[in-house]
Amino acid sequence: MDSRETRDFSPSPSLPSGYGAAALLSAGIGSFALAAIAIASDRNAGFRRLMTLYKPTGPLSGVTTAALLVWLIVWGVLHLRWRKRDVRLPLVSAAAIVLLIVAFLLMFPPIADLF
Amino acid sequence: MDISSHALWSLVHGMGFGGLYLLACSGGLVELWRRFAPSSPAPVTARDERFVRIYFFLMAALAWLAVLTGAYMVYPWYRAIPPAGATSLSAFPQRLLLSNPSTAAWHSLGMEWKEHVAWLAPISTTMACAVLMRYGRGLRDHRHLRNAVLCFVVVAMMAAGIAGFFGAEIDDHAPIEGGKIIPIAHGG
Repeated sequence: MDSRETRDFSPSPSLPSGYGAAALLSAGIGSFALAAIAIASDRNAGFRRLMTLYKPTGPLSGVTTAALLVWLIVWGVLHLRWRKRDVRLPLVSAAAIVLLIVAFLLMFPPIADLF
Repeated sequence: MDISSHALWSLVHGMGFGGLYLLACSGGLVELWRRFAPSSPAPVTARDERFVRIYFFLMAALAWLAVLTGAYMVYPWYRAIPPAGATSLSAFPQRLLLSNPSTAAWHSLGMEWKEHVAWLAPISTTMACAVLMRYGRGLRDHRHLRNAVLCFVVVAMMAAGIAGFFGAEIDDHAPIEGGKIIPIAHGG
């Protein structure tokens, strides 16, 4: 076997799970924040005005910008805390998936209109 | 034969970035499912690893391009307010849809859902890309992480599918028009 093949198939050392857990959970929180901010903007005229960062796009500009900021800030904080550690991935991934699914459901207008 | 610049951008947003993203999603899911399964008998080579990293990077770029062109180029044309006394709503798609009870739900349900749910795609795909950049073939050692990434990509694909479906239907009922006319071909 040549050196290239050996290099290709060599197992990589196991990395701490914290980096992935931070990326995963922050994506779940960011998705949920998007749904929650969208509902708040839809319900409150003052908040809707505040969310209008770019008039041609309307409140969608602020809703998405705010949610992206929440996502990136949470990711940065979790990354700094977890990147070199192993965390309880089953718990973190379950929480992230639940947040994503709840966000997905809350974005469906008939469900969002319940709030 | 010609096309308006607004219609062309709508096409680039939906069929270009959005359509390509949806196509790429199925390939990304298959790669993650087969190659990165802990039980997979075939090893993930350095070449496979590099390929998947570039693939997910391009997927994330497509997702961002789709939502950004949608929100900041096409959507403002869609929600433009007609001037007082306007006799035709054809250049104001949102108002055109809302003016008829049989088409109003394309806005109140379709666009209201699409404009938010589509953003799950870039968030989820960027996360998947970051995880693959960091772990590469080592993702096989983290079964829960790989399964969660798969779930996020599935939801991202569903979100992009919803956005794509409503985008196409809304454009069918109230097309985005306006801007410069671009000639494509002259008739014989």
